[in-house]
Amino acid sequence: MSRQYETVIGLEVHVELATKTKIFCGCSTAFGGAPNTHTCPVCTGMPGTLPVLNKQVVEYAMAVGLATNCSITQYCKFDRKNYFYPDNPQNYQISQLYLPICRNGYVEIQTATGKKQVRIHEIHMEEDAGKLIHDEWEDCSLVDYNRSGVPLIEIVSEADMRSADEVIAYLEKLRLIIQYLGASDCKLQEGSMRADVNLSIHEPGTPYGTRTEMKNLNSFKAIARAIEGEKNRQIELLEEGKEVIQETRRWDDNKEYSYAMRSKEDAQDYRYFPEPDLPPIMISDEWLKEVKEKQPELRDEKRIRYAKEYDIPEYDIDILTGSKHLADLFEETVALCDHPKKVSNWLMVETFRLLKENEQEPEDIRFSPKHLADLIKLTEKNTINSTVAKEIFEIMFSEDIDPVQYVKEHGLATVSDVNELKTVVQKIIEENPQSVLDYRNGKERAIGFLVGQTMKAMKGKADPGIVNQLLLELLKG
Amino acid sequence: MSIKNMTAVELGLQIKKKQLRVVDVVKESLEIMEQLEPEYHAMLLINEEAALRRAEEVQGKIDRLELTGPLAGVPCVIKDNICTKGMKTTCASKILENFEPVYSAQVIENLEKAGVIILGKANMDEFAMGSTTETSYFGITKNPVNKEYVPGGSSGGSCAAVALSECAFALGSDTGGSIRQPSGFCGVVGIKPTYGTVSRYGLIAYGSSLDQIGPIARDVKDCATILEAIASYDTKDSTSIARDDYHFTEALKEDVAGMKIGIPKQYLESGIDQEVKDAILAAAQVYKSMGASVEEFDLDLVQYAVPAYYVIASAEASSNLERFDGVKYGFRAKEYEGLHPMYKKTRSEGFGKEVKRRIMLGSFVLSSGYYDAYYLKALKTKALIKKTFDQAFAQYDVILGPSAPTTAPKIGDSLADPIKMYLGDIYTVSANLAGIPGICLPCGKDHNGLPIGLQLMGDCFKEKTIIRAAYAYEQHQKGEDLK
Repeated sequence: MSRQYETVIGLEVHVELATKTKIFCGCSTAFGGAPNTHTCPVCTGMPGTLPVLNKQVVEYAMAVGLATNCSITQYCKFDRKNYFYPDNPQNYQISQLYLPICRNGYVEIQTATGKKQVRIHEIHMEEDAGKLIHDEWEDCSLVDYNRSGVPLIEIVSEADMRSADEVIAYLEKLRLIIQYLGASDCKLQEGSMRADVNLSIHEPGTPYGTRTEMKNLNSFKAIARAIEGEKNRQIELLEEGKEVIQETRRWDDNKEYSYAMRSKEDAQDYRYFPEPDLPPIMISDEWLKEVKEKQPELRDEKRIRYAKEYDIPEYDIDILTGSKHLADLFEETVALCDHPKKVSNWLMVETFRLLKENEQEPEDIRFSPKHLADLIKLTEKNTINSTVAKEIFEIMFSEDIDPVQYVKEHGLATVSDVNELKTVVQKIIEENPQSVLDYRNGKERAIGFLVGQTMKAMKGKADPGIVNQLLLELLKG
Repeated sequence: MSIKNMTAVELGLQIKKKQLRVVDVVKESLEIMEQLEPEYHAMLLINEEAALRRAEEVQGKIDRLELTGPLAGVPCVIKDNICTKGMKTTCASKILENFEPVYSAQVIENLEKAGVIILGKANMDEFAMGSTTETSYFGITKNPVNKEYVPGGSSGGSCAAVALSECAFALGSDTGGSIRQPSGFCGVVGIKPTYGTVSRYGLIAYGSSLDQIGPIARDVKDCATILEAIASYDTKDSTSIARDDYHFTEALKEDVAGMKIGIPKQYLESGIDQEVKDAILAAAQVYKSMGASVEEFDLDLVQYAVPAYYVIASAEASSNLERFDGVKYGFRAKEYEGLHPMYKKTRSEGFGKEVKRRIMLGSFVLSSGYYDAYYLKALKTKALIKKTFDQAFAQYDVILGPSAPTTAPKIGDSLADPIKMYLGDIYTVSANLAGIPGICLPCGKDHNGLPIGLQLMGDCFKEKTIIRAAYAYEQHQKGEDLK
């Protein structure tokens, strides 16, 4: 490569909002119903039907806007975006063009190269489309309108990112903010968060190059690969003296290559105009204030509070607050058992080990704070030892069992009754004359073997301190 | 007792007094239809069986005093762009030829609650686009007074059915005059209510920001009574307005003393038939004689109403009609290769010429590069027109004028020159642009015996004012006829 190029990236991120019902009708937004069961005349575009706005959608959009430092458009409107496609029953999508609900925001991201602001151009509300199913029949396609009318927000960034790292940091930041707000679960794989990447390259100091838009990016890894791939494709074109064409491309993550979908020349004229079936949304100062007051504590605030409230290291705080679900679990557990560092350790070590083994995310954790707190209390009171605790935790992780009951049912409580243990230790000494002899001949290590044998006989339930003590006493005697 | 020429309220009263049985009323209506339909074709669908079944059911409810309202047992017809569950709703278009809605419009539910019997669906211009009912895919409707003439449109079938006594009343829809103009041409009474008064839920949209459903009947009292039954605040329609007062029949008073009536000068200047003008001025004299003050005034921007209307209505229509694509319901072309050819063939074959014209016009004014010059400008014009009406209503209680510049044209004369046809909407489109109510009632006949319509417009939510003015005129004329 003879010249130096800078990559310029802007993102359009679609997020499915976590409302119970759709944006313009009362149908459920739940995943996985049989095709066309979560539908009604409104979301299937029956003639004569009219949209009625779900207020919760506006509140979530406002909340995301406030959390990303946007100004809220207090007089905002919906517009119609017209295009023909069978996944869209009306052949127009109700969206926002002229007066989007949020504008001019930013988020701060951190990468290896330091901190930086990524500006948000706008956030607007719109409805999702249905799903076409092509593969099951040869001569026709089928459509499922269960997703038709599910509320979305589209977060449009400025072209402020320069690398895949920054893009991932930006997406992680958005995801955390939105998860903290409870506005969406933001799962890329399931499509509740989708990102389209606008990318161009140029030589620093010269105007921006022609950009392409990439779609079909279903994971952070795919996004990183797609950025790398597209950057290289554009550089190659320029190096060969060719031009980058403004077009939409579809990323194929298996082949690690993008394919042109449509060029600017084929770009549709969406004939946007104000949606006549919905009056403008008036966001009063009171409503805005109400939403502001309801804003939950976000990650940055949480970090400061954790440092103040809990005596745990910075590293723990980072990991714990890295997931809203994890942070909630941490706080609720601490509230029940009052051992921040112990709670943190269980979450950061054992929990993460099991998540990794099961290829799960912190959001997938199923055990309750109450059960984790009970487990910690059991170890604190020496009712169980750490080996047993870990065994119980594994079962708790997969089945959320009640540890107190489990210990009782399976007789796992540590035996610390000296008389009971004495009998066992006596037996071990009798069964292992060689080790006893070794110990008496000065081989201190032999006692370890005897402790081990005793623990084994006790199925791990003995208090190892007491066992050690007893052995010493009995061997002396 | 024959029901012919009886008003809806009279019929309701006779049914309540057990002088008439609902089933006999329905049977007689159906007989009249059977007799007249081959000649006039006001109806697209006659729901004989269901109507007779419903008549028995309603009679039972009346007998048990479960239905006591003024419209219980009264038969009506519905314009075919209002959804009726399980009853074909075609918008007089090939593209919806076999479409049966899965739900009923809110107005239908309101009517059913009032005990009304729906006899069937009335003819109209295709998707309510037209002023003559000639653009119906299923054939024209003839003017009930003279079969060589059109009934007006787009609610021509509804108005003709009422005038022919095929039903006691009808529902129509009015986007730019589609209730008032054909009411005038057929010699019946029709109201276009204030935008937001009657729920649009279930009305297959033409121009969403302009459409209103309204009553068509034999007299003002009927119209007020029907409006009272169909108007409601509906949470399913976000443009629906919760009104303080739905008691429109309280305005049926023969009293216009002190009422201030204005006639826009521009309405009488050019393009108006002398006979129509004379009838309107005569009506103005009647109001003066009853103690109202009447004067001409300058209503600005009148000349911009028709172009603004056609830009806005066509733009909205081009989008509203996108859902008719052959994918989900209605007509689909027989042979096609791939998705886009299917769309194109279905829509080319499914829509009529006038509908295509307006879809193209609407798509054009919304397309990038033209939006500001046409659509946005039309929206601004709409806002200005609303303002001039606000100013006028600061001066006058009622604006009086014709409902059309001529009486009904001859069949075949209008579609040849669409611009001329569009200009015929000059007196009616402003009410839709401004969202205000208007009523049309007969005020005489031309030399051919064709009815002339008088239009009264009021400020937003002032239906009662125009109902009172219309009622007073109507009663006065009745008295004159008896003399």
